[in-house]
Amino acid sequence: MNTKTPPVYFDEMSDTGGIRAPYKRLDDWHRTMPSGIRNIKQHEAEALFRRIGITFAVYGEGGDPERLIPFDMFPRVFTFGEWRKLERGIKQRAQALNMFLSDVYDRGEIVKAGRIPADLVYRNEAFEIAVHGFRPPKSVFSHIVGIDLVRTGPDQFYVLEDNCRTPSGVSYMLENREIMMRMFPDLFVKNRIAPVDHYPNALKSTLASVAPQKCDHEPRVVVLTPGHFNSAYYEHTFLADMMGVELVEGQDLFVEGDFVYMKTTEGPKKVDVIYRRLDDAFIDPLCFRPDSMLGVPGLMSVYLSGGVTICSAPGAGVADDKAIYVYVPEMIRFYLGEEPILENVPTFQCGKADDRKYVLENLPELVVKEVHGSGGYGMLVGPKSSKSQIEAFRAKIEDNPGGYIAQPTLALSTCPTFVEEGIAPRHVDLRPYCLMGEKIELVPGGLTRVALTEGSLVVNSSQGGGVKDTWVMAE
Amino acid sequence: MLSRTAGHLYWLGRYLERAETAARLMEVGGRNALLPNTTGGHRNEWEAVLQAMGTFEAFSEKYSDTGQRNVETFLFFDQSNPSSIASCIGAVRENARVVRTAMTVRLWDAINTAFQDLKEMSRTERSQLSMSDLIDWTMKVCAEIRGSIEIAQLRNDGYHFLNIGMAIERADNTARLLNVKYYVLLPSMRYVGSGLDNYQWVTLLRAMSAHRSFIWTYDGELSPAKIAHFLIFNQLFPRSLLTCSMKTADHLDHLARGYGKSTEAQQKVREIVGELAEGQVEDIFEEGLHEFLMRFMVANEDLARAVQSAYLGGAEA
Repeated sequence: MNTKTPPVYFDEMSDTGGIRAPYKRLDDWHRTMPSGIRNIKQHEAEALFRRIGITFAVYGEGGDPERLIPFDMFPRVFTFGEWRKLERGIKQRAQALNMFLSDVYDRGEIVKAGRIPADLVYRNEAFEIAVHGFRPPKSVFSHIVGIDLVRTGPDQFYVLEDNCRTPSGVSYMLENREIMMRMFPDLFVKNRIAPVDHYPNALKSTLASVAPQKCDHEPRVVVLTPGHFNSAYYEHTFLADMMGVELVEGQDLFVEGDFVYMKTTEGPKKVDVIYRRLDDAFIDPLCFRPDSMLGVPGLMSVYLSGGVTICSAPGAGVADDKAIYVYVPEMIRFYLGEEPILENVPTFQCGKADDRKYVLENLPELVVKEVHGSGGYGMLVGPKSSKSQIEAFRAKIEDNPGGYIAQPTLALSTCPTFVEEGIAPRHVDLRPYCLMGEKIELVPGGLTRVALTEGSLVVNSSQGGGVKDTWVMAE
Repeated sequence: MLSRTAGHLYWLGRYLERAETAARLMEVGGRNALLPNTTGGHRNEWEAVLQAMGTFEAFSEKYSDTGQRNVETFLFFDQSNPSSIASCIGAVRENARVVRTAMTVRLWDAINTAFQDLKEMSRTERSQLSMSDLIDWTMKVCAEIRGSIEIAQLRNDGYHFLNIGMAIERADNTARLLNVKYYVLLPSMRYVGSGLDNYQWVTLLRAMSAHRSFIWTYDGELSPAKIAHFLIFNQLFPRSLLTCSMKTADHLDHLARGYGKSTEAQQKVREIVGELAEGQVEDIFEEGLHEFLMRFMVANEDLARAVQSAYLGGAEA
């Protein structure tokens, strides 16, 4: 049992001084909502999600494979001032991560300067030796950077992790907004909320801006999906549709000579930019996993000879590894000569003897993560875990210390959320999506994930998390 | 348009048509079961329906008798029957899901809503669902999906592939039904011209929602020659072999013009239309209705294969 006083969480709607300004109207809104209306609206929202087909697929667990992510109607709000700071911090970080990638696949200055250990980079599973020496168009490796943020106080934000490969969830950001506008138009009349619906346009121009030099015409962009069994398939169709580009599978593409083509009813059409939503290991069976049926044989050789651009670039994963995460503030200082605007969560690397000692002594207080894990799996939340779970993790860490990092359990902020009895505070995080091509762009908003179980700190949809519409108040 | 996308749209059209045919057959079977016995009582009527769909064998393997409840389950709900309405609507939705980007929100909405309804219905107590509800629901859903295609879908190549799928499948269904009349409904030549024969022709017309149209068009006189003419050659009747083939030809021509090139598929459909346009009922009866229909079905399949290899990436779905 934890005998300490329970931690005090920052609630984004009501702090010690009463209702915070950006939530004032929402407070009225939920108080004056007639009883009964709420349930009707909640059902309406669910029916809309199902009808539009916004589901994520979970196969192999029995039951309906098409699940809805629970949608909470209570919006999460940022003031313009709060957002401006976040925006600067996110762009700074996305830029540094891309400079890091350009560097480590080139001369590796940051390693030579002793700012990041060589082993962590070059022996990293995500380091792609095949692209060493290759510079992608506009020197961008990660075109969509998803930065997971948590908040602990009015002015205190932390970066929880970076996603440089293919961060998902942006379709929820857009659809949550669509559905809220449809159900509660009044809220949008009374509040000045910055729109997010230009994201697909911005994404398309970002992708078009990194077309290969060899491309001498309007670039043809496609979205490459592993197929409709993928849990994020809805998002793939959504983005392709909103951008007005083809959604292709590996079987629709083929390589001939120096270029990639797609099979169409009018014969082959050349493809210039591939926004791929599948992992490096699967994109080209000739270069990576030979057993993959999802990719395109020969794609990598076309890529390396400048015939096509792959977004995100193969090898980008080395920047979002949890072991590398610790060094991102260092990257910002090294490449940009600036101090990081957004802080990292203090992180203990179990591979280091001192850190490990501290971690093993303080497991009940810490959050432990697998270095290569994702989706909230393979994670220990010390204060919420039983003795036996903690002991199981102790054994794992002792067995493979380099495979784990640990962080203090953060007092994640809460946001009012509809529950059976009215509203109650629930913990939230935030994932904004930063676009990098010729320029760097960020739509005002992101995906707010909420841990719907009382007291839970795990917001992942695979672990009972839900989503909220995220508002940035216009100036 | 991606070949794979075109393929999914084409199959969406085929399954949609197949679902509707299944509902029509259920309607006929259900109606006939209400009438006094003609040959061996209502059981035989259901058997004829199953024969018409080419699923009697599969049915017999699974169910002990052709009671209405069994047939209903088999034709509507049974996922193991690839021609059941549930299977067809499921296939429509699966094809649609894969190519969401190629259809309007309205069309997807119609398809997806039908699919969600279907799930709801399979959870509903069966005594709450009368057969006429099931049939009405299917006809309504098919009409809604078709309507969404007509009012909102861009007239681009995707629209043509949808329609080619529907027209090829519809031609096949009409030929199949007509053929079954010859084989199952009319086991012996000695019935030709008898009261029973007429009754069975009416059944066939009803299966194609064409009884009234026929009476209007041919002054009510039922004769094998007139009915064959109606179902094969009449350009006013939307399910006749000629109308269906002309529709396929029309959409294939649109594609050829849009793409600036003609393929084997246009060639094949032109041959089919050419023969039908000049055909005479007398010639067909001379050749033998069955032989003629078999030849048509083979040619139609051939056409489907040509469409597949010219546009849909070659591989069969």
